[in-house]
Amino acid sequence: MTSVKISEKPGKLKPEKFKNRHLMLKILEKQINCPGFATLFFEYNLDFRPGQFIMVWIPGIDEKPYTISHHSKKKFGITIEAKGIFSKKAIGLEKGDLVGIRGPFGTGFDIVPSSFSVAVIAGGCGIAPLATLVEKLDDSTFFIHGARSKEFLLYPGRFKTGRHYCTDDGSKGHKGFVTDLLEKEIQSRKIKNSGKNAEITGNTGNAENTGNAGNAENTGLTVQEGKAGRDQQAEKTVNTGAFDMVYACGPEIMMYRVFQICESNGIPCQVSLERYMRCGFGVCGACVCGDRLVCRDGPVFGSDKLRSMADFNRTALLKSGKAVDMNQFVSWRSR
Amino acid sequence: MVMVYGFEHIYKQAHKKKKLKAGKMTINFLGKTLKNPMVLASGVLGNNRDILQRVYDSGCALVTMKSIGPFPRDGHNNPTVIDLGHGMINAVGLPTPGYRNMEEEWKELENRNFPLNASIYGGSVEEFEMVAKFVSLKKPDFIEINISCPNSDQHGMIFGVDEKASFKVVSAVKKVIDVPLIVKLTPQALNIGKIAKACENAGADAICAINTAGPGMIIDIESKMPVLAFKTGGLSGPMIKPVAVRCVYDIFKAVSIPVIGLGGISTGKDAVEIIMAGASLVGIGSAVKSRGIEVFSKVNLELKQWLDAHDCTIDDIKGAAHKKQETRNKKQETRNKKQDTGYRIQDTGYRIQDTGNKK
Ligand SMILES: Cc1cc2nc3c(=O)[nH]c(=O)nc-3n(C[C@H](O)[C@H](O)[C@H](O)COP(=O)(O)O)c2cc1C
Ligand code: FES
Repeated sequence: MTSVKISEKPGKLKPEKFKNRHLMLKILEKQINCPGFATLFFEYNLDFRPGQFIMVWIPGIDEKPYTISHHSKKKFGITIEAKGIFSKKAIGLEKGDLVGIRGPFGTGFDIVPSSFSVAVIAGGCGIAPLATLVEKLDDSTFFIHGARSKEFLLYPGRFKTGRHYCTDDGSKGHKGFVTDLLEKEIQSRKIKNSGKNAEITGNTGNAENTGNAGNAENTGLTVQEGKAGRDQQAEKTVNTGAFDMVYACGPEIMMYRVFQICESNGIPCQVSLERYMRCGFGVCGACVCGDRLVCRDGPVFGSDKLRSMADFNRTALLKSGKAVDMNQFVSWRSR
Repeated sequence: MVMVYGFEHIYKQAHKKKKLKAGKMTINFLGKTLKNPMVLASGVLGNNRDILQRVYDSGCALVTMKSIGPFPRDGHNNPTVIDLGHGMINAVGLPTPGYRNMEEEWKELENRNFPLNASIYGGSVEEFEMVAKFVSLKKPDFIEINISCPNSDQHGMIFGVDEKASFKVVSAVKKVIDVPLIVKLTPQALNIGKIAKACENAGADAICAINTAGPGMIIDIESKMPVLAFKTGGLSGPMIKPVAVRCVYDIFKAVSIPVIGLGGISTGKDAVEIIMAGASLVGIGSAVKSRGIEVFSKVNLELKQWLDAHDCTIDDIKGAAHKKQETRNKKQETRNKKQDTGYRIQDTGYRIQDTGNKK
């Protein structure tokens, strides 16, 4: 049943072997997703895991980190939202234009076995790193996708996994926040599972196996109970909570809300953060968040790290290295 | 325990024989006790308190901040840092919030539990003075002036390659601060020993060498473009280690103040090498990439194991390359003298003969 082998914790994974210098690739194909969004495809077999990113260089312009949104043995793609000078230039590129890439960098998502019950929550462009993850997860994944309005719900018809939509203007699915849907689903699953709880007691959802989960306290059990549960059912992955793992990517405030909801329900989560980057391999310090380097220790962080990251949803560094609050950072990023 | 390449057996033997000399690695540096000789190089990992704390907790004894400048500055566009495998090339371009724009950062650093070295830069002697004076009030343990950065047209290196300019800026800064002053030098100087001497004369308490070498350039042959947005960049990492060792050697010979040696250090043996050239402390920057933030404890442990295996202390090997050279030189000199004397005897002989002839 357990098909995917769990690797080390996201923070501990050794960076993959990568090209140090830019690999120059010609754009194979450009797709306009919706106004202001384009996906560039490249013909290259990239050694990659979902959540990792590459540095994309447009010679003479700039270089920025982008997550990989499409990946197969033959080609890969990056989805770009036109925000600043670089991204506007990037979506204006055409087939055959030369682009340099470095990477992939970072740790990527820690993929749980298909027997786990999982939720994936994407806000806006946050669907990009999650797309390749969803394709690797079981089809039964509870998948929420939110955006400004219907047309910005990227990749229509792409996934086998069904999506629960939500939009700011109500043009498709639930009108409101993705977190509304998550909370509702957690509540309803809790009620459903409470019957099962009587049969299977003392199970922690195998916090250790997920390589990421909260300690026993966070699952609502005392330490002793947690240990006993683990000993008795070491290999089982049946869960008494609503989800075994929640993955999220989107605006940082959204991810923070998801993290809070998960914490109060004892569910481990993984989120993918974004910061200004220079080197991409953990030397320059441009991307620090708390005591973590987003480019190297992340960009994906699990609950255990998020708990101790004081700067999560609070502070980020500008290009000058100035620490500012999240709102200021977001408005600077979308200049 | 991490085993250090090749001399485990000596290490074990030494253990059996007697108590090891090296013992604790603590070092007294300009009146401050450091837990070991490991220093974080300026510009690596930034200025955020939490990450600096993590560096300290990972075995680094003295953390240096990213150079702080007089005015807010974004630095250059990307690409700014490229790994070349055998080292890096970078032109980050001295980004800084500006010294007056860092109140929260300073507040956070106020009740730190680790020794802090604040690196600063300026575009003129006045700017250096202004920043130094302000930063000094924030009570870092040391102030390091960066007169050696190759990545800006107006700042840095122009001072570090000129004896008089170095003297001027060091003496000006020294007057306005009340913490020990470290001066960071560039290997681009024609005679780095002379520059170091000028800094010492101007009142520097220590020298830090080296900043990045070069500058170099890499060109992408597909797009026919220099890769770095600034076109040129400073070199760091293993490829510049021989340059760093030579510079530290020259500086040690020229001055009597302590030297922080850095440039391409990534293993315990590298540390031994630069200490033998004359370094009191060992800085690490680029190796954070290849060995992670734990590089400090790794190198420190390897250094300690080397010392234990050879049953000596850091003081025993500091500048050892000079001592050996001296003894060899002395021998050579005595030999030369002997030969000299030989000639002289002959000379005298001739003279005697000469005198004889005259008679
Ligand atoms: C990305 C990067 C940024 C740097 N920024 C600074 C800086 O702001 N101030 C400074 O004095 N040195 C700076 N340096 C130079 C380093 O402090 C160090 O002198 C040099 O890299 C050599 O050491 P290494 O080979 O161990 O990296 C920087 C180096 C790198 C790689
Ligand atoms: S971008 Fe993360 S340390 Fe340089």
